Amino acid sequence: MDFAASLKLIAPELLMSVSGLVLLLVSAWAGDKASRAISVAAAVVLGACFFLVAPAVCSGASGPDTLAFGGQFSADAFAGLAKLMIFAAGGAALVIAPAFFERFNAMRAEYPVLVLFAVLGMSIMVSARDLITLYIGLELNSLAAYVLAAFLRTDDRSAEAGLKYFVLGALASGILLFGMSLTYGFTGTTSFEGIRVALNGEMAMGALFGLIFMLAGLAFKISAVPFHMWTPDVYEGAPTPVTAFFASAPKVAALALTMRVTLEAFGAQEEAWRQIVIFAAIASIVIGALGAIGQSNLKRLLAYSSINNVGFILIGLAAGTPAGASAMLVYLAIYVAMTVGGFVAVLMLKDENGNQVEAIADIAGLSRTRSALAFCLMLVMFSLAGIPPLFGFWGKFVVFQAAVNAGFVALAAIGIAASVIGAFYYIKVVKVMYFDEPADVVKGESDWAHWALLAISALAISPLGYLLTPWLGNLADKAAAVLFLGV
Amino acid sequence: MGGFPILSLMLLVPLVGAVACLFAEAKTARLIALVATLIDFALGIVLWLNFDVGGAQWQFVEKVPLFAGFSYALGIDGIALLLIVLSVFLMPICIGASWNSITKRVGEYFAAFLLMEVLMIGVFAAQDLYLFYIFFEAGLIPMYLIIGIWGGDNRIYASYKFFLYTLLGSVLMLIAMMWMVHEAGTTDIPTLMSYDFPAHAQTWLFLAFFASFAVKMPMWPVHTWLPDAHVQAPTAGSVILAGVLLKMGGYGFIRFSLPMFPEASAQFAWLIYALSMAAVVITSLIALVQHDMKKLIAYSSVAHMGVVTIGLFAFNTQGLEGSMIVMLSHGLVAGALFLCVGVIYDRLHTREISRYGGIAINMPKYAMFFLLFTMASIGLPGTSGFVGEFLSLAGVYQISTWVALVCTTGIILGAAYMLYLYRRVAFGEQKNADAAAMPDIDKREWIMLGALAAAVLWMGVYPESFLAPMRKDIAALDARLARAAPQGDSHLKIGKPKPVEEHAAQGGAH
Repeated sequence: MDFAASLKLIAPELLMSVSGLVLLLVSAWAGDKASRAISVAAAVVLGACFFLVAPAVCSGASGPDTLAFGGQFSADAFAGLAKLMIFAAGGAALVIAPAFFERFNAMRAEYPVLVLFAVLGMSIMVSARDLITLYIGLELNSLAAYVLAAFLRTDDRSAEAGLKYFVLGALASGILLFGMSLTYGFTGTTSFEGIRVALNGEMAMGALFGLIFMLAGLAFKISAVPFHMWTPDVYEGAPTPVTAFFASAPKVAALALTMRVTLEAFGAQEEAWRQIVIFAAIASIVIGALGAIGQSNLKRLLAYSSINNVGFILIGLAAGTPAGASAMLVYLAIYVAMTVGGFVAVLMLKDENGNQVEAIADIAGLSRTRSALAFCLMLVMFSLAGIPPLFGFWGKFVVFQAAVNAGFVALAAIGIAASVIGAFYYIKVVKVMYFDEPADVVKGESDWAHWALLAISALAISPLGYLLTPWLGNLADKAAAVLFLGV
Repeated sequence: MGGFPILSLMLLVPLVGAVACLFAEAKTARLIALVATLIDFALGIVLWLNFDVGGAQWQFVEKVPLFAGFSYALGIDGIALLLIVLSVFLMPICIGASWNSITKRVGEYFAAFLLMEVLMIGVFAAQDLYLFYIFFEAGLIPMYLIIGIWGGDNRIYASYKFFLYTLLGSVLMLIAMMWMVHEAGTTDIPTLMSYDFPAHAQTWLFLAFFASFAVKMPMWPVHTWLPDAHVQAPTAGSVILAGVLLKMGGYGFIRFSLPMFPEASAQFAWLIYALSMAAVVITSLIALVQHDMKKLIAYSSVAHMGVVTIGLFAFNTQGLEGSMIVMLSHGLVAGALFLCVGVIYDRLHTREISRYGGIAINMPKYAMFFLLFTMASIGLPGTSGFVGEFLSLAGVYQISTWVALVCTTGIILGAAYMLYLYRRVAFGEQKNADAAAMPDIDKREWIMLGALAAAVLWMGVYPESFLAPMRKDIAALDARLARAAPQGDSHLKIGKPKPVEEHAAQGGAH
């Protein structure tokens, strides 16, 4: 294997590691005064990585040319598309953070560096073609994420969120690691391709257990039911920009990783994981919807909404077809836009002193006091509910279409019927904003960066988004095809 | 005809108007909305005049492959043409009805209405299955906002009920659509209309579509969202709900359920008959005891929709034509009746029937219009209601005399509750001083009611204008259904005619 070729393939990761380390040094020397400059630098790095990855995605790169370091790392179109979403979400997390933290005097130079390292970890995760690469990426991401959750040191809730996330995350990592070791024991290899070859034919009970433990660990990372309990607490406690980050980028990374593990490594044993995925999908949709109904905090509501959305994405995985995988990627792209839009809107809800407003009751009558903001939040809510003509519908549409085309009509029917439960709480938020008398709590102004991000996401999820479908579908199809090369 | 994309233009005009209304002051918003809907009405007239009766089945076809998985395909046949004309005709009236009564958040209100118009026209013009679904489903958002923001006291409950009921109905249809597209390999509605799905699959597909259309229609017993939504919606909301949104259910049956699943339609005809009979009788009886005018008319709508469904499932030309005319007529008449209620509601701010009485004395012009629409709702010959109900019942009589009998009692009950309503409101002594002091209708109201009255009489006296554009489409549908049409229950025995000579001889003798 040509070492130079391998290094070239991991150029975005190299760029991120080196600049991450350099920025860490800068922050050590320059201190918190430089945090804005470091944020800008980190955003520029992410932007550069975006353009480094983009060509591979557009050309649908696949095959042996994309494998680095003896097949441990793959810079194919699938990883590329996931990375594009991760970079975009990471960039958004950098943009929205300073205004939030500066109010608490807590904008520290480490924040952009941690985001950068988390993104690096995710980028390794989605490129992993080997259990070891997978684990390194996952842990790099998780370690950065634990710190980020507890970043607001003066806030008890933030510290609690960090601790909860750490303890449960470590447990999940342990479960995942146990599953990996079982898989390694029964297949004799850590490479995805090797596992796939070894598992052809009858599956040994031990390997099955390995698969189940790995899926359990991954389910924790994507917060699928029944491993979702941490999500509302962490989402509520973590600083809002961090929550926005958690809800978008790591979801993409962990779901992409789950796709790689199930479709690539265990691709020959579809029947073994399908029923687990179906259960997790339906349970996530139902519990995500039911749990959200009683919530009075917007961030908790969005946490349940993310559980609910993961359920829909998993329906595409249950289909187990290239169309299903492609649908998942399309859904993820739309989901990132909706999540970023939703959390940016939540960040922009501030009372007259500039404190964050998170209670649903406090946004009553928002449409009369802050009509543009309310309108965008309404778009996000209807889009999350999957009501056409908003773009969120398209995500659900492709996922269910993949399931129906793969013959899972009953699964699709149950899933879509359960989506009506979810619609209830989304329209409740709209009701509060539009039908109720103004509570007149939200008075604070927001800067242009927030408005710009909100406008971009609102445009993306508006009906105009449908014009993107041929292009997005094409990219996702090419990316998904990579996973099915071995078939 | 030509290549001019008139349907797209009809979608674009209200859309642009909606966006403009969002940013406009109350006064300008009213004007923008009126102008936009009038332009659309004019375009609708142009559409009708240029529609080649007896020409190609699908006209004004536009097709652009804009999206992945489905295309932007529009086109209309006679059935869709009439429903589009109905929509664009009712819209300026709705705007007029809200002219003075809406005082808060005017711009948003008219934006929601114009958006509604876009979606209604889209539903009837869509030639792509998924495009249809998007338009069909998207109507939930503006209607939810219209009921929830500008509705009456119990508007929140009504808006939730409306939204969730209709959403649950529709999502299953989406799954069925996906299956159909997978099976047939196309999203093109005209192609699907002649595609023969396997009989066992038809059963399921029919039920999934039925779930959606029965709720939209609405059929008994899933009609309960309608009275709530109607009562709470502002006047114009009720007009559009009764006038056009309910027609989406009937349109769905005639465009999808019947031609795409003829066997299943025949298989489930008994279900439709049973529910329709129940609807006609039960909701008529319920209407009889209402104290709230809007509720009464809402229940009467459910009863009329029962007549539509039996006509649709009569599997013959009369029935199909009749149900189309009932739909059009009901759109005009129920819209007009809600408008009549709105007129006096604006003056007295109550819908309680007992708060009125004897208003024929102080509002003679109003009473005249109200009487005309009452008679049209009953189905008096000379009004549009008669033509439709007669054809519908004549159609179903050929299939089942019992169904025809039961549904005809609905007409009698209809006369009972409507006349009872009219007597209590317009006749009798003027027992409420404030009701007796109400001024008669002004010019704006006169124009709106006059336009509706003219249309009702036109359809009643010369229904050929409305039957002609859809005759060919109905005939095509009838031919498509012929293979599945059930036998009639009246087993007519053709007796031996008397010898002609004898007859003539007798005649000569007397």
